Amino acid sequence: MPVPPSHILVFSLLLFAVGVLGVLTRRNAIVILMSIELMMNSANINFIMFGQRLHAMSGQVFSIFTIAVAAGEVAVGLAIVLALFRNRDTIHVDEVHIMKG
Amino acid sequence: MAFLGWLFTIPLFPAAGFAINGLLGGRVLPRKAVGYVACGAVLLSFLVSLGAVLGLGGAAQLPATPGLTVDAEAHRVTQVLGSWMPMGRSASGEEMSVDWAFALDPLSAVMLLVVTGVGFLIHVYSTGYMAHEPPPAHARFFAYLNLFMAMMLTLVLGASLPVVFVGWEGVGLCSYLLIGFYYDRMFDEKTRMSCADAGRKAFITNRIGDVGFVLGMLTLFWATGTLDIQGVLAKVGGLPTGVCTAAALLLFVGACGKSAQIPLYVWLPDAMAGPTPVSALIHAATMVTAGVYVTCRMAPLYLHAPGAMLTVAIVGALTALFAASIALVQTDIKKVLAYSTVSQLGYMMLAAGVGAFSAGAFHLMTHAFFKALLFLGAGSVIHALSGEQDIRKMGGLDKHVPWTHHTFVIATLAIAGIFPLSGFFSKDEILWAAFNRSPILWLIGAVTAGMTAFYMWRLYILVFRGEERFSEEARHHLHESPRTMTVPLAVLAVLAAIGGFVGIPGAIAWTDGMADRFGRYLAPVFEAGGAAHGHEAVHAPGLEIGLMAVSLLIAVSGLLLGWIFYERRPEMPALLAERLNGLYRLLAGKYYVDELYGKIVLAPYDALCRGAFLFDKWVLDGIVNAAGYVTLATSYISVGFDTYVVDGLVNMAGYTVRGFSWMFRKLQTGFVQSYATAMIFGIFVLVSVYLLSTGH
Repeated sequence: MPVPPSHILVFSLLLFAVGVLGVLTRRNAIVILMSIELMMNSANINFIMFGQRLHAMSGQVFSIFTIAVAAGEVAVGLAIVLALFRNRDTIHVDEVHIMKG
Repeated sequence: MAFLGWLFTIPLFPAAGFAINGLLGGRVLPRKAVGYVACGAVLLSFLVSLGAVLGLGGAAQLPATPGLTVDAEAHRVTQVLGSWMPMGRSASGEEMSVDWAFALDPLSAVMLLVVTGVGFLIHVYSTGYMAHEPPPAHARFFAYLNLFMAMMLTLVLGASLPVVFVGWEGVGLCSYLLIGFYYDRMFDEKTRMSCADAGRKAFITNRIGDVGFVLGMLTLFWATGTLDIQGVLAKVGGLPTGVCTAAALLLFVGACGKSAQIPLYVWLPDAMAGPTPVSALIHAATMVTAGVYVTCRMAPLYLHAPGAMLTVAIVGALTALFAASIALVQTDIKKVLAYSTVSQLGYMMLAAGVGAFSAGAFHLMTHAFFKALLFLGAGSVIHALSGEQDIRKMGGLDKHVPWTHHTFVIATLAIAGIFPLSGFFSKDEILWAAFNRSPILWLIGAVTAGMTAFYMWRLYILVFRGEERFSEEARHHLHESPRTMTVPLAVLAVLAAIGGFVGIPGAIAWTDGMADRFGRYLAPVFEAGGAAHGHEAVHAPGLEIGLMAVSLLIAVSGLLLGWIFYERRPEMPALLAERLNGLYRLLAGKYYVDELYGKIVLAPYDALCRGAFLFDKWVLDGIVNAAGYVTLATSYISVGFDTYVVDGLVNMAGYTVRGFSWMFRKLQTGFVQSYATAMIFGIFVLVSVYLLSTGH
């Protein structure tokens, strides 16, 4: 008996909400990156779920692309965090606010 | 003859010597070369002068030369070098200008030969006298000396009053420079006068006279419309006596300054601060006679101003007597000679004043010989005694410095007026002319002659005879001067001895040809241009010879008195000084003229200066400061306006912009998370609006 789509949608919605909360509230830049991963993965779950329902392979292909792009994004993000740490001795985003008006 | 065309080079040689020694001497040129350049320049001047003077007699036959004008009647050659001050046309249409022109006539010829001849001897002497100076001072000395010669020759040769005045001021400047030559030394301990002060005193005193000279010059220009000497003299006959008198008296004020007459004589005794050759050249033989020279040069003017003539005569006679009396008690060898010079210059002025201009020029010449010799002899004595000038610390030098001694004796006898030395003839001519004018003038002159003989013999005895009173230190260095100094002494001694024979008075001449050759040589100068004959020649040979005998007697008794006082009975002077204490102190204090001038001229002048200073300080400075304060106050107001109104507007614009930007600024927190929150909130709103609007 397959899991009904509404359950999966609610699950992915919760996952996305957790990710959004993490991005908005955590100070640690790495944790923020991790939260972004959560949000992406919630989208991936949706892709896969709708792909299976509609009998199309494009959903799974899309999620594979998303994972590849996410890997690249994390590489860039970690490089920025590393550069931040070298320059400012911190990775707490609330301490980096030189753009304050 | 050809030398007449070279007239302008006569002052140029020493000027070139001045330039060479002034620019190169002391640094580039060795000591010897400096001496050679200086002496050589003057020697060249002397030779050209000699050539020109010898050629003067034949000037009438001279082929026409551009720039050269010959006046055969007056024996005058004028050389015009170019226009100096062109002044356009006068009201009567005449072309007016002052030329750079030199004129040679018998009077300037005499001066020329005296200045260059005696000047050359003194230059040679100076090479010995100044041998111990450090090189820069040595070169400076000779440069100044040459500059002096150039200026003096310009004065003598100048054909117009401004050219003469250039030389007149130039010699004044050199006199100042040379009096203050040892500018760092003290000259008079008692009055704290430095040598530089003495130079300033001479310069300023002369300036007072020079004002007179300039005013006299301008008076003549106003009256005659020309400044050329011959042009002026040709016109004085047509001028009112008052104008002539005014001009003559003003020129005489200048002459008083330069020739050290009462009341402007005070600088000359202090001029002795200069090195001794300077005293000999400038303050005895040449510069100080410039006043007499100019008076003689302007003779026709004076002859048209009897009042001025009388003034000249009286001032001259009084100066002669006054200065001679001061010389009686001086103890500085050079001061005695300085007062003697003032006295002799008084004689010359007396001669000019009684109209015996050629006698004045004659005495000028003989005085140049014997007074230069006396100064050089004094310099030799000072040199021998390592700088000692006090005659109370001399004595018995005759054995040690024989050359100096012998020449000094000749000069002393010459100035005393002993027959047949030069002073006898020139002084007698003056006394004879004075007697013809007024026996009182003669009496003053005769008394002065007696005093002269006395103080000169006193000087001679105190320096050369009696016991040796100098210090052991001085004795150790005692030596006769080198050849460069003794040879000029010898040459001058010969001139001082025989120089008078050119002017043997007619009364005692063997032949008419010998009688008064000097006067006859100068006669064209004083007779030309319609000027009246100087003094009416009184033909009374018996009286003239009688007066001669009297003056000779006076001179001899002066000498005798000096001998008794200082050689036979050396205790007499002190005794007499004690008996006549008041008179002695008056003479030793030089009649307190310096003090008197200090009281009546300098003190009010100081007060005036102080008053002017206070006026400056309180009134003028007050006005200036008030203007400053007003400006300051205005600027405060201006600053206030700027600060609060102008700047206020500008700042207000800024504050307004800042105020508005404040609220937008708050959005820019710099926290990425707050931006993200806003973004998500926005998406939420947008989605909500979309969903609500589509009606689901």
